[in-house]
Amino acid sequence: MTSVAWIDAALRGARPQAMAALVRCFRDLELAEEAFQEASLRALRSWPANGPPRDPAAWLIFVGRNAALDGVRRQRKQRPLPPEEALSDLEDAETSLADRLDDAHYRDDLLRLLFICCHPELPATQQIALALRIVCGLSVVQIARAFLVGESAMEQRITRAKSRVARADVPFEPPGPVERAERLAAVATVLYLMFNEGYSATGGTAHVRATLCEEAIRLSRLLLHLFPSEPEIMGLAALMLLQHARASARLDADGAIVLLEDQDRGLWDRALIAEGLALIDKALRHRRPGPYQVQAAIAAIHSRAARPEDTDWSEIEQLYEVLQRLQPSPVVALNRAVAVSKVRGPEAALEMIDPLLKELSGYFYFFGVRGALLLQLGRAEEARVAFDRALALAHSPAEAAHIRSQIDRLIRGG
Amino acid sequence: MLYAILCYDSEAVVGSWTKEQDAAVIAKLDSVTEKLAREGRLGPVARLMPTTTATTLRKGKESIVLDGPFAETKEQLLGFFVVECASLEQAIETVKELGRASSSNGSYEIRPMRLFRPGSAAQ
Repeated sequence: MTSVAWIDAALRGARPQAMAALVRCFRDLELAEEAFQEASLRALRSWPANGPPRDPAAWLIFVGRNAALDGVRRQRKQRPLPPEEALSDLEDAETSLADRLDDAHYRDDLLRLLFICCHPELPATQQIALALRIVCGLSVVQIARAFLVGESAMEQRITRAKSRVARADVPFEPPGPVERAERLAAVATVLYLMFNEGYSATGGTAHVRATLCEEAIRLSRLLLHLFPSEPEIMGLAALMLLQHARASARLDADGAIVLLEDQDRGLWDRALIAEGLALIDKALRHRRPGPYQVQAAIAAIHSRAARPEDTDWSEIEQLYEVLQRLQPSPVVALNRAVAVSKVRGPEAALEMIDPLLKELSGYFYFFGVRGALLLQLGRAEEARVAFDRALALAHSPAEAAHIRSQIDRLIRGG
Repeated sequence: MLYAILCYDSEAVVGSWTKEQDAAVIAKLDSVTEKLAREGRLGPVARLMPTTTATTLRKGKESIVLDGPFAETKEQLLGFFVVECASLEQAIETVKELGRASSSNGSYEIRPMRLFRPGSAAQ
């Protein structure tokens, strides 16, 4: 268990916790990252021989902090040392440090680190890139590949994001309850964006995209450890687990999209589904519904159906109605219409989506749904027009291929 | 004598294993448990879901249901039940019933299982 791959997994597991403490210690992302890197190098030298320590995070914090302080002292002339009072608690020993990791303020460290990366002043793509780099420890190359940009462009983007958050000056005092809730909400939003970046088949290979989903899930589990009683965080984790469980059934061998009802349900990951269902069950007990919980509850209904025809669509329709109240949006209305089409037929659904045309005139999925509904009603001409619009709006070859297959079906049928 | 063997490790580290690494660990363990099963010595084997799925009930005059795993260090693990429940709600009801029947304070942690093999150790 001490080969490089296993040590790598241990380092990845300990990284968020260790980085969070190092950032509090140095109050500087750059310095904390260097300290973590140095500690990781030493881990790679010492762990294979001695075996990994009992508490990898505490080891990395202790070694990283000392190494960085030595480095700073050596370079004192080239680089100004942070003021002595900013480098907190320099004297404590490893044991007391390990004890302190369980303290409540450790929770705020980690939330602070996540919040720094998810700072509202940053554009969404920079938030995600920074969180992947700093918290998850993905390489710039990996992140660049996921976003389909060059390595140097991504490097620049991350550097810019870092200097921007450095200027943003996130306070290091423990946050008050309101501020803590705000930070938590901001972090949850970015985690969901990160997940969606991996989930929506817009770029990169399936493997690279899966990494984003897995990292988002890992961080959501981490958030849950920190905030075990927040139903929306349970909902967020459940939603991501239930959706990611379908990953290997969502695309066929040629990379084309397979619709939910056509997916081979035997390919769904039962372990992830079970965990997602357990979490949504836990969340709903609080009777404090929120958008993530409702979306997870919808995903749960799909997961529970052994066959597509077993899906409880009227329950799904009701949940979309709740979601629309909590978070009104034309996209939610469109999804609700899909559920309505299953319960009350395509005519009723078409009536619901017609008023959305103006707001969703640039939305691929709107025309895909409209085309499918018209097709069901035998209005082939109009369906063709809708599918053509969808084709023009498709973001990925998989989306385009899916619409083309619909058009083929239409031509064969007519 | 039947022995229970309880597994402890860092969830953050184990959770960072790739699917392949995880499968490799399980395969290695299976080589041991399969041997035990052939010898008729293997009882139930369970893999629990992450502690994020856990709920804890603190016994007492008024029992309290808390999110998260059991976290006290002053109490020790004394035993466990494996019960089929349709929902967490039913699991909590079951645990409350056990709580009323038991005569001490302490806690019950409810944790869904990821894997369960009943086994067949000779009694």
